[in-house]
Amino acid sequence: MGRFWSILFLMVPVIGVGLFVVPMADMWPMQNHWLPEDISEHGASIDDLYYFILYLTGVIFIATGLTLFWFLWRYDAAKNPDPVKFAHGNHTLEVIWSIVPAAVLLFIAIHQMTAWAEAKLRRPLENSGPDGIVGTADDVYMKPLVEVTGRQFEWRLRYPGADGELGTRDDIYLVNDLHVPVNEEVVMTIKSDDVLHSFFLPNVRVKQDVVPGMRQYVWFKAKKIGTYDIVCAELCGWGHYKMKGRLTVESREDFDRWIQQKYQAQETSQFTAGPGD
Amino acid sequence: MSSTTAGVQTHGHAHAEAGVGHFVSTYVFSRDHKIIGLQFLFSTLLWFLVGGLLALGIRWQLAWPWTNMPVIGPMLFSGEGGQISPEFYTTLFTMHATVMIFFVIIPILAGAFGNYLIPLMIGADDMAFPTLNMLSYWFMWPAFICIGGSFFAPGNGAGAGWTSYPPLSVLTEAAPGSGMAQTLWLLGVTFVGVSSMMGSVNYLTTIIQMRAPGMTMFRLPMTIWAMFITAVLQAFALPVLTAAGFMQLGDRLFGTGFFLADGATANNMAAATGGGQPLLWQHLFWFYSHPAVYVMILPAMGMVSDIISCFSRKPIFGYRPMVYAIAGIAGLGFIVWGHHMFMSGMNPYLGMTFMVTTMLIALPSAVKVFNWLGTMWGGKIQFTTPMLFAISFVSMFIIGGLSGIFMAATPVDIFIHDTYFIVAHFHYVLFAGTAMAVFGAIYFWFPKMFGRMMNETWGKLHFFLTFVFLNGTFYTMHILGAVGFPRRLADPYHYETFRHLLPMNQFMSVCAILMVSVQVIFAANLIYSIFYGKPVGRNPWHANSLEWMAPSPPGHGNFDFQPIVYRGPYEYGSPEVDSDYYPQIEPPPDEKKDED
Repeated sequence: MGRFWSILFLMVPVIGVGLFVVPMADMWPMQNHWLPEDISEHGASIDDLYYFILYLTGVIFIATGLTLFWFLWRYDAAKNPDPVKFAHGNHTLEVIWSIVPAAVLLFIAIHQMTAWAEAKLRRPLENSGPDGIVGTADDVYMKPLVEVTGRQFEWRLRYPGADGELGTRDDIYLVNDLHVPVNEEVVMTIKSDDVLHSFFLPNVRVKQDVVPGMRQYVWFKAKKIGTYDIVCAELCGWGHYKMKGRLTVESREDFDRWIQQKYQAQETSQFTAGPGD
Repeated sequence: MSSTTAGVQTHGHAHAEAGVGHFVSTYVFSRDHKIIGLQFLFSTLLWFLVGGLLALGIRWQLAWPWTNMPVIGPMLFSGEGGQISPEFYTTLFTMHATVMIFFVIIPILAGAFGNYLIPLMIGADDMAFPTLNMLSYWFMWPAFICIGGSFFAPGNGAGAGWTSYPPLSVLTEAAPGSGMAQTLWLLGVTFVGVSSMMGSVNYLTTIIQMRAPGMTMFRLPMTIWAMFITAVLQAFALPVLTAAGFMQLGDRLFGTGFFLADGATANNMAAATGGGQPLLWQHLFWFYSHPAVYVMILPAMGMVSDIISCFSRKPIFGYRPMVYAIAGIAGLGFIVWGHHMFMSGMNPYLGMTFMVTTMLIALPSAVKVFNWLGTMWGGKIQFTTPMLFAISFVSMFIIGGLSGIFMAATPVDIFIHDTYFIVAHFHYVLFAGTAMAVFGAIYFWFPKMFGRMMNETWGKLHFFLTFVFLNGTFYTMHILGAVGFPRRLADPYHYETFRHLLPMNQFMSVCAILMVSVQVIFAANLIYSIFYGKPVGRNPWHANSLEWMAPSPPGHGNFDFQPIVYRGPYEYGSPEVDSDYYPQIEPPPDEKKDED
């Protein structure tokens, strides 16, 4: 039976790798079972890191899996005529297999810091302020295009309107229907009305929990026109599953036309409606 | 008895009374560590069944959303015509996780195996504080009642996730299960904490104070080292969870505002106070619950080390590095909690710090894997049921460990946080890892517990089917995670992005149903073998450590001789002796000569 069990454990790396290769190659029966299309500018750095770690861990997974199989096959008590190698360990080996993974792990840790900083730390600037130096206290941040508020169970949106300022009387109020212009750096301010939610744009590689009492910012540049899902990724109650929004990426002209339209619709009262009344 | 002059009738009566009292003090309110260990074992196995059935509810909804559950659907959800409601779905995953973590894994490792094995493996007659030990079991009962009762409170169970994040868990209007059900949940978890704390203090004292002569710290089996360091983790981390639990109770019941921001509202109900911070709960909760992750894996690693060494007939490879690795995991385990909060709104600079520490914790885990492989290298591997489970632990832990690196990488975590990638990761560590190790440990120590063997053929069949179906259930979750499939959604197919993933979920659910079903083999084997298994002597596996020198099952007081320890527990295949094992209590040959 030792042969049978060895092969069972050999199947772990074999099928394990196969189950990643099939969706990666978009083969039957797992088409579209892989990272969803990335339409953002920064997303490539995240996906590249994902692939880097995937290949690295894949090598370790295959190597350890094959080693395990070989030891089980070779040292099966029923088949192995050799005496037991009586050994309590090996200092050199311990040092090697401590230092090598440590170096690799530290490399990954340092390597990824740029992508993290891009996504979460370097909030886009309008300009670097009077002193002209980026990263100082007088930096002027880019104004948010829209304010997103999570609420059980919808995404409330507030566009600042023509004056570009939130909290004025020309603000435009919408629900779940988020539009952004393509190929432009977009900043959004996000918050919550009640419980925790998480603002997740799978195709844009953006995710940020929204916390009541905290105002946060997310930013991205969408590169492709189309409509995509807005997902709530943090449990927010019984209706969590249906807290779905739609992200529409469109050209600047379409975006301006759309927002004008929404403004008109909001400001039009039935009593001041057009001709015919 | 002094009352020899008493009449036969009186005497008989007294005897009967003593009989009942004897039964109660021996098997119910027992202070014997072995009985307490078995009480923990059987209680947690029953909860394991409950947790597994709750998981099937989740899998049903994900595979066949909004359809009537056959047979039990109409009984449970007659109001909805037999289908799971979205409210109940939140209860299902909340309670599945709560039951599995607080009522199965933690108590089965520390409570059942810690209790049973610590005194036997160190050569003591019992725990340092037997009464405290008894209390640690009986404090589980209020916890059982609270969590069970939670299902019957309005909302039919807490539904804020096992992490119980405020404000959802604090504002009673935020969710149907955030009323009495949530209060009972908090009390239940607090009682488990009290129980674990009693156990922890007891284990530390016992291991430090009550080792047999010659049993130095570096002659302890890995199981005991793991239990020791686990007890340290519990002792330092649990007070924080208990405090946080009381703070949340305060917010819920007494109008404090630790976790509520100013102007907190939910469902148009305003909180009495504000001025707090929801993230505070997350920090306090994970300050306990991250070390608790290691509470849930280190004892399994220890037991697996013992099983692998025994059935490779070879000393464990790198004993001291293994001990240092456990200590390293435990130490680093206290400074990585923030990796659960990369997306929470915690300062991203702090995220960088936690990312580095989290990366480093992969190092001792890797060292352990290499040493297990080193132990098998050059041995004579016996493919017994416990060994198969132990090998599968190593194989599966590699997957669970490697997938952790993805989440530790903060930019990647932006995409996979709160998706099925993380669900795959922790099921590989906790089910494919710890639960498989627990099965192995049951098969391994069963002969000691009951003096009989479990059936090997059925055991291997149980292993094979569980192994295949668990991979069918959990491996595919990585792929769902790669698509960004979020966890905790009653109907993920609401989103276009995930609609095409339904067939894969159906495959997983079929595997999950089969995986739970084949546990019948285990249950039948366990119960049958307690009564009709093949009787065995003290040391059926030809192992070295002290528990195998005691009678099977050991009587009250454990050893019928004074154990004296001469060497470590892993001297298999030693050239010093003819047999392929060399028990810890056997005097060296030259000393034997002196005696002659």
